[in-house]
Amino acid sequence: MFLETSNLTKKFGGLTAINGVDFSVDKGKINAIIGPNGAGKSTYFNLITGVHHPSSGKVFFKGRDISTFPANKIAKQGLSRTFQTTNLFEKATVFENVVVGHRLRTKSNLFDAVFRTKREKEEGEKCKEKALKVLEYVGLSEITDMVVANISQEEKKRVAFALTLATDPEIVFLDEPTAGINPDETEKLSILIEKMAHEGITVCLIEHKMRMIMNMADKIMVLDYGEKIAEGTPEKIKSNDEVIEAYLGGDASA
Amino acid sequence: MDILLQQLFNGLTIGSVYSLVALGLTLVYGILHIPNFAHGALYMLGGYLTLTMMVYFGMNYWVSILISILTVGLISVLMERIVFHPLRHSTPIQHKVAAIGILLFLEAVAQLIWGPDFREMSTPYGQAVTLGGVTFTWQRLIIVVSAIGVMVLLYLFLKKTFTGSTIIAMAQNREGASLVGINTNKVAILTFFVAGALAAIGASLSSPINLVFPGMGHLVILKAFVIIIIGGMGSIPGAILGGYILGFAESIGATYISADYKDIIAFVLLIAILSIKPQGIFAKGVA
Amino acid sequence: MRVILNKKMLIVSLIVLAILFPLFVPNQYYIHILTLAFIWTIAVYGLNLISGFTGYLSLAQAGFFAIGAYSLGLLTVKAGMSFWLAFILAPLITSIFGLLIGLVALRTKEHFFAIYTLCVGYIIYLVIDKWDRLTEGVRGLMGIPSPADIGPISFSTPLGQYYFVFVVLLLVIFLVYRIVNSLTGRSFIAIRNSEQLAQSLGISTMKNKLTSFVLSTFFAGVAGALYASFIRFIGPEISYTTVVFDLLTYMIVGGIGTLSGPLIGTLLIVWLSQNLQFLQDYRMLVFGPLLTMLIIFSPGGIVGSFHSWQLKRQERKRLNTGSLNN
Repeated sequence: MFLETSNLTKKFGGLTAINGVDFSVDKGKINAIIGPNGAGKSTYFNLITGVHHPSSGKVFFKGRDISTFPANKIAKQGLSRTFQTTNLFEKATVFENVVVGHRLRTKSNLFDAVFRTKREKEEGEKCKEKALKVLEYVGLSEITDMVVANISQEEKKRVAFALTLATDPEIVFLDEPTAGINPDETEKLSILIEKMAHEGITVCLIEHKMRMIMNMADKIMVLDYGEKIAEGTPEKIKSNDEVIEAYLGGDASA
Repeated sequence: MDILLQQLFNGLTIGSVYSLVALGLTLVYGILHIPNFAHGALYMLGGYLTLTMMVYFGMNYWVSILISILTVGLISVLMERIVFHPLRHSTPIQHKVAAIGILLFLEAVAQLIWGPDFREMSTPYGQAVTLGGVTFTWQRLIIVVSAIGVMVLLYLFLKKTFTGSTIIAMAQNREGASLVGINTNKVAILTFFVAGALAAIGASLSSPINLVFPGMGHLVILKAFVIIIIGGMGSIPGAILGGYILGFAESIGATYISADYKDIIAFVLLIAILSIKPQGIFAKGVA
Repeated sequence: MRVILNKKMLIVSLIVLAILFPLFVPNQYYIHILTLAFIWTIAVYGLNLISGFTGYLSLAQAGFFAIGAYSLGLLTVKAGMSFWLAFILAPLITSIFGLLIGLVALRTKEHFFAIYTLCVGYIIYLVIDKWDRLTEGVRGLMGIPSPADIGPISFSTPLGQYYFVFVVLLLVIFLVYRIVNSLTGRSFIAIRNSEQLAQSLGISTMKNKLTSFVLSTFFAGVAGALYASFIRFIGPEISYTTVVFDLLTYMIVGGIGTLSGPLIGTLLIVWLSQNLQFLQDYRMLVFGPLLTMLIIFSPGGIVGSFHSWQLKRQERKRLNTGSLNN
């Protein structure tokens, strides 16, 4: 098993946000999590990536229980994520935003900083190279020196992608990567996501745009009121009665 | 036993003042999420204004308080309009620095007008009464009764009037409030007025048993912060309860532990609480 | 390349200017004021590291400044320790306090952190004020020695003190420069920009915040120790909130989160204060509104505004050349 959650449960006070979710993410594939608003999709991501810790149940990554790891340790294991709001620093350039992404693969500490040791210089270079490489990968080589405040929404999404890629991830979690951008741009981002998957990075994403998901996902899990109600290929999900019920019965936002 | 009773009564007196100041602070925090460091300056101005009305204009204590309430309330509203309103979309550090700037300015103004000296405020209620072994002045009794009266009025205002309920609604959910048609600007103005008024009342009531000086707000505001962290930032019952808890803790601590260090109690309490619960106790919902 | 050269030239000429200053202005009073300004600058650099670069507004900086000052004072006056040993120990003692307080304080965020540190500062003040058997309380601690001579170099004259403090300041600026422009510094900045994002990028936020906080208290300790040996008399008021608000003003005016901001802000405000002597205790009539207006209209301070102006100019240039190419 690559990444697996078993009986994953999260309670906030009296509210059960995630209830006993068993799911396994397929390696090298595009895995999607869908569900109506408030179904617990983001919470599910937060539990895997260590933003929150499960009330019960476990998260296994390559057989290792990571459910109690803090977020930064999880990132070091090779699990990287984006947030719904890109969280970028608007006043800095694209490059400056991305260059910190590789920090977790470096070891330089305060001592190295003060004495500008060889290690500091080498690792500093390594981070810069990495940043330029991932920016090229996401197609932003032209605008590395632009201030984030001055770039388009779609470009910001790409910067966020570049940032997760700079961490050398084995699996990336994308929280609504195409929210707030137009269909044309969505199409372009989908191509980028597929490119990542083809090159061996496992993708796990939350999306509301059904057509896009049905076209690109290899495997889909449907959450409703914090519980898994279905999983399988897009074809299987499309014809699942319970899924149709959840979407039509609840506030259909799809 | 008498000493304990006496201290409990003193605690009730101090606690009443703390609660009033903390209430204003918590109301403002509740609706705008601003820790208003300048709140202590409003308290200080409240003390001076009442004193000035009494000493220089020969007015009655109660009339003086009323003028003080209106003036400080107005200054508080100006503060919201001129400073916090333009900053409503900015970073938390900006709010705090802006508030500190106001604090420094108002203190300098007070020093310019009234000088750096400590002043006494004497009211007609200086006589002492002994009851069941406990001695207290009328002034202390007035503090307790007035404070509780003000709190009851505030409670009725917030719960029983439409205007008051908009404050509560906005404290609970800012976006929701504006969605259902509440004018958030009006609510902010109103809240700042109430906060300023409460600070003026607190200062005017306590000044006769303390002193009036430019730095009189420092300790009070710090303690008010401690109180609202104990009681939950934005919580109204929490501010009242917290105020009295601190009042009692201090007056008892002063007698049985050390009078020198009584002011430290609040801060030690705060550090203990935040050490165990970094989000504060009674923190609402998910972080 | 030309920009870098210009910058280097500017720095060198500033250093030369500072070295020559006492020769051109042999007025003892001005040298005294400038020395003091340098000392405050060091404390502001510490404050800027945690508040400007890491995003945690620490209002205990004056308290740590006082711990540094009292450590030096008590070690020399009461424990009879040699000056230089005490001078090394004082910032270390301050850092240990910083570490212990930071471990707890940094678990809180934003407003809680500011209030928490404000209270820590107040506790430090109260302890110094009330524990008079140790600190001499309100009477103050007197007779603190100035830096002991090293061979032929004497630090007891105002001029000697001036150069000594100046060298320490240069060292501090150099250290901060190195740190801010390192991988470690980049981690600090990432935390300031978004702590959540930083942590999800694998940065240990607690470790980095603690490093930054302890460094900030270390610089406060250095500044405090210098202050004690320069003024040679210290009282509890150096830890009072007014001092921390002064430091804050220097930082905001100069430019929070910038490298040269603390120096520019401190020197400017100290200079202004000298020219507003007639205002004396009322200088906050000017500086209070200045602080508030600045944070509303130009939160980056002098240096920050200059940077954004430069950026805008660059952007315009880029757009112009872009349209030419098309």
